[in-house]
Amino acid sequence: MSWFRRVKDNIVTKTQDKKPTPDGLWFKCGKCKAITPQKDFVANLHVCPECGKHNRLDSEGYFDILFDRGKYVELNPNLVSADPLKFKDNVAYTDRIIKSTKKSGLKDAVRTSTGKINKREWTVACMDFGFIGGSMGSVVGEKIGRAIDYARENKQPLMIISKSGGARMMEAAFSLMQMAKTSAKLALLAKEGVPYISLMTDPTTGGITASFAMLGDFNIAEPEALIGFAGPRVIKETIGKDLPEGFQSSEFLQEHGFVDFIVHRKELKAKVSTLVNLIYS
Amino acid sequence: MAKDKEIVKEKGITYFDFEKPIQELEDQLEKAVETHDKGKVDMQDNIESLTKKITKAKKELYGNLNGWQKVQISRHAERPYTLDYIENICKDFIELHGDRNVKDDKAIVGGFARIGTQPVMILGHQKGRNTKQRQMRNFGMANPEGYRKALRMMKLAEKFNVPVVTLIDTPGASPGLEAEERGQGEAIAKNLMEMAVLKVPIVCIIIGEGASGGALGIGVGDKVIMMEHTWYSVISPESCSSILWRSWDYKEVAAEALKLTAENMLENGLIDGIIKEPLGGAHQDPQAAFKLVKSEITKQLKHLLELDSETLIAQRIDKFSNMGVYEEPAVASQP
Ligand SMILES: [Zn+2]
Repeated sequence: MSWFRRVKDNIVTKTQDKKPTPDGLWFKCGKCKAITPQKDFVANLHVCPECGKHNRLDSEGYFDILFDRGKYVELNPNLVSADPLKFKDNVAYTDRIIKSTKKSGLKDAVRTSTGKINKREWTVACMDFGFIGGSMGSVVGEKIGRAIDYARENKQPLMIISKSGGARMMEAAFSLMQMAKTSAKLALLAKEGVPYISLMTDPTTGGITASFAMLGDFNIAEPEALIGFAGPRVIKETIGKDLPEGFQSSEFLQEHGFVDFIVHRKELKAKVSTLVNLIYS
Repeated sequence: MAKDKEIVKEKGITYFDFEKPIQELEDQLEKAVETHDKGKVDMQDNIESLTKKITKAKKELYGNLNGWQKVQISRHAERPYTLDYIENICKDFIELHGDRNVKDDKAIVGGFARIGTQPVMILGHQKGRNTKQRQMRNFGMANPEGYRKALRMMKLAEKFNVPVVTLIDTPGASPGLEAEERGQGEAIAKNLMEMAVLKVPIVCIIIGEGASGGALGIGVGDKVIMMEHTWYSVISPESCSSILWRSWDYKEVAAEALKLTAENMLENGLIDGIIKEPLGGAHQDPQAAFKLVKSEITKQLKHLLELDSETLIAQRIDKFSNMGVYEEPAVASQP
């Protein structure tokens, strides 16, 4: 089976080991300004120990948190972006991809995987903000589409962790159609009665919100994440007023009925396992 | 409808800068006709040669429009809108209102009607023609309740086994406080998912602007057809310019880069066909445009109505699943 790569025990590096230290040996919280030793911050899953601010985490970080002993099999790891429109703004799209690949060590803005979470097999897709802002082009749409198919064919609960600025403009209408593709695949999944949990993290906006992120059987979110369709700047310009405090936060979305519950990163694994066990029992 | 006529007027067509040569020739022709009619000079030859010249110039200009010029024509203030099409191609239109939850979003209109002998559910974005109407229609930018109203109508069509026709013409889904509070993202997402598995045929026609999720929210069809001088993309050229070039001055360049014309979209396999427009655009001859759109809908429905719903849904999902261009080397190259 050439379409997946088995991750050997000894290759799985813990996030703790490979994350560069952003500010020497200390982490300074952008919210409460508290200073924490970097290793404590990392051990706390990139959540500020003082104020609880959830800082951005990459796919490897989430896979570590979720999968038993950090073990998983990556699905379709070889997909890479093409440049169907020969798109060029100030920078050529192909150069953006090369630069982003070098900087992030990633091939595109999502990684998809299967593995055990508290002894049950799951399919998990996790977006990476570090690759062109987590934007969705053909690769993201296709990998998420295939992950949904994998969950459906293997009757495994599916979790998609969103973290994205929206569509990838450099793929224009190809990017737009990924919204239709992923939503259509989710319609097929729903018919099979396989549960889908959508975890929205900071930020989840644009075409991601207007497709798979909002289509979970359970829409859940990390605390204080920015979640919305239109970006705050666009809305502010449109209405010509400052936005109310907490607008488009996870808490705002829960209040308005679009998020089932907000979950601390530390409790994520236990809570989704408990939830799915209730469905399958 | 009677109290709210929003039907296109046929006089006083405005021209864009790039159409100035045509306008000058037409002015010359008008003067020649005037002189001729006064009986002073026989202008017959002059009139004939001018008419030929105009047709040739139009064919050349409108056959070679660039992306930005097409965007401008798609937004022409005298272009027919959804209600114009409904009024002129349907019989027995019964407009339906409201999403049964919040309100009636006037940026989306629709209802049951008949095209020829075939009952259809026809719905689309509606723009306004004057300041008051534009405000009422919110410039064709729907709120969540608009997408939910559209979905309610499509589910009704499914229930009564009537095909759906959607007319797309929007500068985007409405950005605003209330739109976010009421779940703009969720409303559009739900439509994408439900349209993918709707049991009746869906024909979508881009009649003007096809901007992003706001367009796609009523755009997941068995056949998606663009009119010749319309655009469809993930973002407007202006916003693309502002985000990628960090300036509003690159809209022409952005329009080219986005490959948003009907020809580009067909080439890229993202739409299923193009409806030719009257020379110069639908607003130059609305009656001809109505006829062309009507015959396309009739043709598409005739074919789609022969398929059972399982085949229909499978083909629809396959079509959207195959959209996207990427590379998949057999062996992973390590980054
Ligand atoms: Zn803090």
